[in-house]
Amino acid sequence: MSKPVKERELTCIICPRGCSLRVTVLDDGTVSVTGNSCPRGKTYGETEMTHPMRTLTTTVATADGRMLPVRTSAPVPKEMLFACMAAVNEIVVSRDTDIGDVLVPDLLGTGADLIATGSWKSRT
Amino acid sequence: MSLKTLKTDLAIIGGGPAGMSAAVAAYDAGVRNLLILERDGALGGILQQCIHNGFGLHRFGEELSGPEYAHRYEEMVRQRNIPFKLNTMVLDLTQDRRITATNSEDGVFYVDAGAVILAMGCRERPRGALNTPGTRPAGIYTAGTAQKLVNVKGCMPGRDVVILGSGDIGLIMARRMTLEGARVHAVCELMPYSGGLARNIEQCLHDFDIPLYLSTTVVGIKGRERLESVQIASVDENRRPIPSTIREIPCDTLLLSVGLIPENELTKSAGVPLDRTTQGAVVDQDRMTRVPGIFSCGNVLHVHDLVDYVSDEAAVAGRAAAAYLSGLEPGKEEIEIVPDGLVRYTVPQRLTRREQTRIFFRVGGIYRNVRIVVRDGEREIYSAKKLKVAPGEMESITLSKDVMRTLSGGRLEIGLEETP
Amino acid sequence: MKQYDVAVIGAGVVGAMICRELSRFEVRTVLLERMDDVCMGASRANSSIVHAGFDCEPGTLKARLNVRGSELMERVADELGVPYVRNTSLVVGFSDEDKPKLEYLLDKGIRNGVRGLKLVTSDEARALEPGLSEEVRWALLAPTGAVICPYELTIAAVGNAMDNGVELRTGFEVRTIGKEGDLYTVSSGEDALQAKYVINCAGVYADAVAAMAGAGDFTITPRRGEYMLMDKECGKAVRATVFRTPTAMGKGILVTRTVDGNLLMGPTAENIGDKEDTSTTAQGLEKVFEQARRVLPAVSMRQVITSFAGLRAVGPTGDFIINQPKEGFINCAGIESPGLSSAPAIAEYVLEMLGQSGLALAEKDRYSPRRRPFNWFRNLTPEEKDEVIRKDPAYGRMVCRCEGITEGEIRDALTQNPRPRDLDGVKRRTRAGMGRCQGGFCSPVVIELLAGELGIPYECVTKSGKGSYLMTGRTKGGRRS
Repeated sequence: MSKPVKERELTCIICPRGCSLRVTVLDDGTVSVTGNSCPRGKTYGETEMTHPMRTLTTTVATADGRMLPVRTSAPVPKEMLFACMAAVNEIVVSRDTDIGDVLVPDLLGTGADLIATGSWKSRT
Repeated sequence: MSLKTLKTDLAIIGGGPAGMSAAVAAYDAGVRNLLILERDGALGGILQQCIHNGFGLHRFGEELSGPEYAHRYEEMVRQRNIPFKLNTMVLDLTQDRRITATNSEDGVFYVDAGAVILAMGCRERPRGALNTPGTRPAGIYTAGTAQKLVNVKGCMPGRDVVILGSGDIGLIMARRMTLEGARVHAVCELMPYSGGLARNIEQCLHDFDIPLYLSTTVVGIKGRERLESVQIASVDENRRPIPSTIREIPCDTLLLSVGLIPENELTKSAGVPLDRTTQGAVVDQDRMTRVPGIFSCGNVLHVHDLVDYVSDEAAVAGRAAAAYLSGLEPGKEEIEIVPDGLVRYTVPQRLTRREQTRIFFRVGGIYRNVRIVVRDGEREIYSAKKLKVAPGEMESITLSKDVMRTLSGGRLEIGLEETP
Repeated sequence: MKQYDVAVIGAGVVGAMICRELSRFEVRTVLLERMDDVCMGASRANSSIVHAGFDCEPGTLKARLNVRGSELMERVADELGVPYVRNTSLVVGFSDEDKPKLEYLLDKGIRNGVRGLKLVTSDEARALEPGLSEEVRWALLAPTGAVICPYELTIAAVGNAMDNGVELRTGFEVRTIGKEGDLYTVSSGEDALQAKYVINCAGVYADAVAAMAGAGDFTITPRRGEYMLMDKECGKAVRATVFRTPTAMGKGILVTRTVDGNLLMGPTAENIGDKEDTSTTAQGLEKVFEQARRVLPAVSMRQVITSFAGLRAVGPTGDFIINQPKEGFINCAGIESPGLSSAPAIAEYVLEMLGQSGLALAEKDRYSPRRRPFNWFRNLTPEEKDEVIRKDPAYGRMVCRCEGITEGEIRDALTQNPRPRDLDGVKRRTRAGMGRCQGGFCSPVVIELLAGELGIPYECVTKSGKGSYLMTGRTKGGRRS
């Protein structure tokens, strides 16, 4: 019988339902999740205990000073959020951009792309 | 010279998520002569500044940001060639559905509509409404105004932030300000529980080690030109500050997330009766107000947690407006739904037909292990167990057609009871 | 160093009205204001009442100037396009013990020359104001009592004076006043000017300014008054201005409808040491609400839209100090209530003093007492508005939803004398941001219009003068310069 080595109460953030999860890490390395209402909650609980991930949403500057909303196409490691912000804040979008366009592929090697969530047309 | 008068079957006031969804649903139900009036320069309403994700899981099965969610609906509006007027402010609405509006191209003009859908959304409660004593320096913003400054204008309202109120916008702004380099020192909540979604407490506060102080409020504001500090204090069970707990937090910014108020000035001008609790119109299952032909949906009707539910509700209103315009007789029943107090309000507040009906409601506090019970007189006609209900999360129940058919009279009571 | 005939110190309502009077004549006048905008002291935060004049001690300057000012005000308001409503004042008594006090007021009023005063019973009072408390037993009725918008009056008076040639210098805090020959030198440290006459209208700082010139050793005590402003829905609860029977500390807490249709309640009366402390207090606001509710039981805390405090400049004598202790130096000090009501009469009085002191008052060929009101567009019919929008589409773009203020009106205010330089300046001129959302929706747009007009970056716009920066910088690099 494997024994629990770590246990945490979490609120699932995958959807607005916000299930209360109880996540247990066992000494054989396996993770058990209870309290979830869907399989994504189980995955969240497991990931949260091992390598928490977050989707980053922010803005980038455009050539005419307006803001363009952006997000990562997939969650990035939580501890890299500020590094990603620093990288994103350096960007100035100078080409016409449509919603869904990839602005930075594989942002900081996270595997997630930075994509536009709004459109921007330069005023020329 | 007389003013221009447009005639339309259906006028929709507001081109945010509610207005667009209502328009699309009405179009799909056969209405071809319709018009959206939007005060902003783009469709989408407040979603345009809500750049965070979490929208659309229910409606589209994927996680979208606010602008993306708005874009989906804008595409639907454009595909159907539904006309809309931007930068157009509605100034007045009468009971017989004459709209007075203004914009730069049309000047001041009238719209005479066969039916009207109210979809004006809500506004934030400002500082003045809190009556917080102290000075009146720069640096005090509602969370939504700060959100606009940061996300749309690209400006930082400040560097050292205290947030009063743990509504979702406040929580979202705590994270947003932190990501942009500000320090959020505290989120204070007057109530003993947060008004925001649990996931937002987790991912907006816990992720960044931002403390949430419950039963705590701001009791003083200092700083002559720019905010210099706020005084916070714990409150007792009557929500009165406890003087011995007052402490000062230096900060240059105070963000307020202390409630949303449906924008019902036009609703009132049309003589539509309002619900004291929701501060929105009293509606039936079709989201029709007590003034025939005037419908209400989205945050102008009652403040929602999720835009997905706004879209759903607006679609109900849109389809019902189409039915109304096609000459379908409105329901003749008059069944009132009465909340018991633990349930604070319901939408709809009244039913006019005996058909399957979904009733949305909010509770007044956090309750665990309860039953939601609906009674027709002494008879219990519905009950469902809940592990936990909270004011921040809207609940709903569905009464089946079979149950509705058995109702004896004009009054249903909905409440919470302890599980036996 | 630039020379003037007259330098007026302080751009409150008194300084403004004096400048406007002077602008009728061939007199080189400069108005000095330490803040970035005019009307930044007591004139912007008071009860907004034009008092009938029944409660001043007969024979005092206050009594004379109040009654005269009240007579002049309607014309002044009309010329300047400032909203003014003669809404009647009522002083209510809650017991039969209050009746002799009201009779005493009635008697003083008659001696002061106030017209139309009448003591009425509770029934008569409630017939006029159905919202009044059942507790009201007696009321003194003053039909000449009125309300006005005090900051619009002050701004419009300065603007009109400027249109007629008066120079305004903001950000000029007087630090020294010297005299050589018949010329005073007034200096801020960085800047200085000379004038034959100096008029001290410095409000709570009038004592300091008089001392600089060696022209008086009185003390001005700031007396703080806290107010609450209620939603327009609440304004319907009362038409008149309702006072309680007065006490030694002043007229007590009143309830009035404002010219804009809100309900205003206040003020408290508290002598304080700090001449800058316009903060509100929990106790003060509680007192305002409790007392107002005693008069009008229907008022509810849910309808408060904002609260604020103002400082009245209280002198040592109980009367206004308007004198000329040194040749060419005139004090207008201790102008507490009824200062707003008296302001047009104070201006008239000061002009007389100047004339007697030898200032040549030759009328200008081109003088206009009129000024385009801020609210000209608001008061048009829909058809007239439509016409305006066809000529200038900016009047079709709504900026402030709550008060219904368009971009055209804001642009107009941005270019009219005296030009606003910050968000609150625009608010006082146009009402944009004064409504129930308190600028939540419109301030990001107003900031943009201000930035464009001032030619500064968006993030450099301020709320109310230097130091009141609204933003600390941009999100994507670069801090506020």
